[in-house]
Amino acid sequence: MHEFRMPMLGADMEAGTLVEWLKHPGDAVKRGDIIAVVDTQKGAIEVEVFEDGVVDREIVPVGTEVPVGTVLATIRRPDEPASAPVAASRVARVVRAVPAARRRAAELGIDVSMVTGTGPGGAVTRDDVERAASTAGPAPAAPAASAAPATPRPAAASGMRAAIGAAMSRGKREIPHYYLTTTIDLDAAMRWLRARNENAQITGRLLPIALFIKAVATSIAMFPDMNGFWIDGALQPGPGVHVGCAIALRGGGLVAPAVHDADRKDLTTIMRAVLDLTARARAGSLKSSELADPTITVTSLGDEGADSAFGIITPPQVALVGFGRIVEQPRAVSGAVVVRPVVTATLAADHRASDGHRGGLFLAAIERRLQQPEVL
Amino acid sequence: MTPAEIQTVVIGALTRIAPEVPPASIQPGVPLREQFDLDSVDFLNFMVALHERLGIEVPEADYAQVATVDRAVAYLAAKLAARAAAASGGTTMVGTERGR
Repeated sequence: MHEFRMPMLGADMEAGTLVEWLKHPGDAVKRGDIIAVVDTQKGAIEVEVFEDGVVDREIVPVGTEVPVGTVLATIRRPDEPASAPVAASRVARVVRAVPAARRRAAELGIDVSMVTGTGPGGAVTRDDVERAASTAGPAPAAPAASAAPATPRPAAASGMRAAIGAAMSRGKREIPHYYLTTTIDLDAAMRWLRARNENAQITGRLLPIALFIKAVATSIAMFPDMNGFWIDGALQPGPGVHVGCAIALRGGGLVAPAVHDADRKDLTTIMRAVLDLTARARAGSLKSSELADPTITVTSLGDEGADSAFGIITPPQVALVGFGRIVEQPRAVSGAVVVRPVVTATLAADHRASDGHRGGLFLAAIERRLQQPEVL
Repeated sequence: MTPAEIQTVVIGALTRIAPEVPPASIQPGVPLREQFDLDSVDFLNFMVALHERLGIEVPEADYAQVATVDRAVAYLAAKLAARAAAASGGTTMVGTERGR
């Protein structure tokens, strides 16, 4: 019998609220199946199961907030006998809502579970909440129809701010960061990208972020000290190269879900993953493995951002690579000054796991790969 | 499709990639990236959503022509009209040939 527990979806998470069971006692589950939806400070997360088996008992009722590590359900092997069911009251119905909608609902005193969602996957959007507010008039005080915790939860934004604050404080306090930057000539990369996008179908179109992620991911093979976790005074190498892709949420806040095995995916697949993760981060429907798995983080400020990004490493990771805005700059090439598109790449790395010399070589490897986009 | 129908599709695509945006607040003449802080990833998702709904691929070179809701509606209306004309032209020719 396995115990399925409230997962830790990042160093900053202390508790989560069970929103929905997607599998029920008696249902067969396979590793990777989504078994439940959990509401966290980072929005609603779809939680995957890690063993094959059959759902035995659901222990925590929907609507309950429990600390990380709490047993939510038990999973038995197919040949094990079923346990007596617990009388868990399943009261709340499916509530999927974008973070901004939850925040607005809290402001307006609206119960999001009473709002009809029109967003992706039936998610409740901010507009749905506004519409519900305008048609419903003032909401009755504390509907309390569900087994929700009695204590009011903080609004999503302030909760997420607190979570980011906690993780980054820990990062700054515990990780002896060192920083290195290098300015990378993107002339070849941008020419290649433009030519490729002109001929590609829209679903095959690439943005520079895909090249950055791939360059970082493929460079890591020679730099295992940049990929993994610092736990109990030792470096644990990452189980793969799962690149966390920092996504700023427009309502405020930040998530960095993983592009899994980015070193083995082609550029088109990486780009599709980034598009999908971004859309789902905005809609509040990321999966537990995406939030818990990153072994290194890449942050790209995009074309409206600043010239460079000196990030704070998310513990227990040991490195973060920041890319600034791509700008045209005069550059000396073969003794002549020419105008070239360039990007400043910044490595923030954990001095307990590596030294500046290694970091410099890592950045140089990333730079080299970006000179040959056609073989990335 | 009428311009009003195209506008509904454009706004639907936009709210799918930016679910936190109240559709009623969209100003049709103001650049979307400015209005909603869309980054290049969001914008590509927006183009993919338009392609899924209308079957029209907006090349990168034409992004300036779809920068606002109004401009996007005008651009897409023109592309849809051109496609319809090409399709009906093709059908007519086939019909004429058969007639002969």
